[in-house]
Amino acid sequence: MTNLTIEDVRILDPQSGFDDIGNIVIANGQIKALGDVAAKGETIDGRGLVAAPGLIDMRVTTGEPGAESRESIESAALAAAAGGVTTMVVMPDTKPVIDDVSLINYITNKAEQTLINVHVAGALTQSLDGKTMTEIGLMSEAGAVMFSNGAEPVSDSLIMRRLLSYSARFNALIANRPIDSALAANSCAHESDFSSRLGLPGHPPAAERIVIDRDAALAELTGGRLLIDMISSEEGLSAVRRAKSRDIEIACSVSMNHLALNEIDIGDYRTFAKLDPPLREETDRQALISGVNDGTIDVVVSAHNPRPAGQKRLPYTEAASGAVGLELLLSAGLTQVANGELDLMKFLACLTSNPASLLDLPTGRLAEGAPADIVLFDMNMPWVCDSDKLLSKSKNTPFDERRMTGRVVMTLCGGRLVFERLSSS
Amino acid sequence: MASSYGYPFEQQHCLSISQFSRPDIETLLTLGNHYLDLDVQKSKERSMLAGKTLVNLFFENSTRTEKSFEIAGRRLGADVINMSVVGSSVKKGETLLDTAATLNAMNPDILVVRHGASGAPALLAQKVSGSVINAGDGVHEHPTQALLDALTLRRHFGEDLGGLRIAICGDIKHSRVARSDIQLLNVLGCDIRLIGPPTLIPADADKWGVDVFHDMETGLEGCDVVMMLRLQMERMSGAFVPSKREYFHFYGLDRSKLGFAKQGAMVMHPGPMNRGVEISSDVADDPKVSLITSQVESGVAMRMGILHALSDARDGVA
Repeated sequence: MTNLTIEDVRILDPQSGFDDIGNIVIANGQIKALGDVAAKGETIDGRGLVAAPGLIDMRVTTGEPGAESRESIESAALAAAAGGVTTMVVMPDTKPVIDDVSLINYITNKAEQTLINVHVAGALTQSLDGKTMTEIGLMSEAGAVMFSNGAEPVSDSLIMRRLLSYSARFNALIANRPIDSALAANSCAHESDFSSRLGLPGHPPAAERIVIDRDAALAELTGGRLLIDMISSEEGLSAVRRAKSRDIEIACSVSMNHLALNEIDIGDYRTFAKLDPPLREETDRQALISGVNDGTIDVVVSAHNPRPAGQKRLPYTEAASGAVGLELLLSAGLTQVANGELDLMKFLACLTSNPASLLDLPTGRLAEGAPADIVLFDMNMPWVCDSDKLLSKSKNTPFDERRMTGRVVMTLCGGRLVFERLSSS
Repeated sequence: MASSYGYPFEQQHCLSISQFSRPDIETLLTLGNHYLDLDVQKSKERSMLAGKTLVNLFFENSTRTEKSFEIAGRRLGADVINMSVVGSSVKKGETLLDTAATLNAMNPDILVVRHGASGAPALLAQKVSGSVINAGDGVHEHPTQALLDALTLRRHFGEDLGGLRIAICGDIKHSRVARSDIQLLNVLGCDIRLIGPPTLIPADADKWGVDVFHDMETGLEGCDVVMMLRLQMERMSGAFVPSKREYFHFYGLDRSKLGFAKQGAMVMHPGPMNRGVEISSDVADDPKVSLITSQVESGVAMRMGILHALSDARDGVA
């Protein structure tokens, strides 16, 4: 296979901390050499651009199987490539729920037809009922990289204990949403002055903290590997900090939306900003940013959740939650970097080396011998988001018409060009 | 009175392995071994328990334990009465102690009790005048099963079981057999390992003088004996274990998993077996590796030995 070199590019590798201008030589789908090395074969001019490991998005919901009109794995993969995401983990909350080895195989087959790396999260409980354990061992052997109960938290503490305990045998990563179902029942917003004025039922951050405290205690009791799946509040972050001060194997994620937006973005009942967990106050957003910068938060996800307009153009309380995010993840983050809020290297670590180590994947780093999964982006390119131009089948984004700084120029996966932005688009 | 090392056997009941000293255990196993001889076992004299009454009081269903005690009692000349209480007075609201008082008024000499609540036979033992034998209480103990297991092991491996590496596999959390076996085999100097999914291993089991493993391959390494335990059907549909299929895949004993143990390792199971769940039929039925039938044979002899020892102790026979 011929060599390919990205020349004179700023190389950013969060795993090693490497940050310098140099060349990246690629052969046979792998990084052959990087840094101060001679170019070989075809070249790509990387001047003015940044090369980082292809992003790993640990939380992507598609509609396949069951609701392919929302998003198929294929369309999600195209959107991912356009967003610099070379590895994505698809969630099990589909129809049917991915709670069985044969369904894991189905998704894996679909994944092989895409140009990027698609992994699958198996369901933690059968049909996501929150009660009946799934075949975690067999699904792990079939290739499930983690286990999740989808959008629904496992609310029963005894079941959660057994899940963490049983999965420890397989060293499986268990993701649970930190929401107290009873406290948050029928709510659609953050409980605050703002939502009260809007007349929207909200739930307090305590609903998040209670479950973080509970799950951390259960992880400590059982030795299970826990991922706290999307925190949204300062109170939640403090609970994670407390848990991490003890010797427990827990990790925590946050959605890009919660690093960029706050409850005011709901504005005049804008359902495109209706998310789960809900957007909270500006102090919460700032706390989450600091959580990424100081390493308390391990993972940033897009929380990609495609919803057709028909599910969004409804009264706020009735509208579906969620936003697409694969294509906007990096730009939304780079905008916060440009604002001087997010630390670039820490932010990228949450999208590359940290998820790779949690999922035990060979990618997520720029190093000799690593897969040539690379995103090239322009840190400073200004642009305006136009939701109609998104590649996702659904266009629901709260960032529509927003000004952004920084954009993906090219994406390589396994040394293959999977996305290139033409100058006109 | 029977004795070992000069220590007379003075136990009035058989409630738990922990009540027995090492000499007591030797006395019981020696008597059990004595009755293994079918000429002795079936001897027409039947004098030992002649004129005595043995009541099998089973609050839970059982076939083999109840019949084993019945045969053992009859072969020693006792009058045996089986009382299955599963669906009778208990349902009418009678408490355990009411039942005990009623029975006591009939003056049985030996009460063999199985009950779903841990500690129930011990409670009965305080209230009746005869000897109480625990035939399984809740998830506490099943001491006669452990003794017959030890007797089976001695038949195969010889008198000294010291250093024998024994893996007890499966649902240890809910197993009274495992709890009795662990104590008894520890006293006899065996090297015990527990293997099972984390959800079926009791809390802090590593403090029981055993090594805990969660996968068969490493756990079975170098084992001379593999003891499989029964997994109740209701426990493998998502509560403790996801499914029968997954359980058998990771913990069911088949030829390939048996290959992880020492060459020539023997297989035991207290019964009744779930074929295809915790053990495959070809392993269970292979006389070259299975001691399962031998366990049942030992059961009658061992229980005769226990009845003999308790009866002697109560009568104060020198």
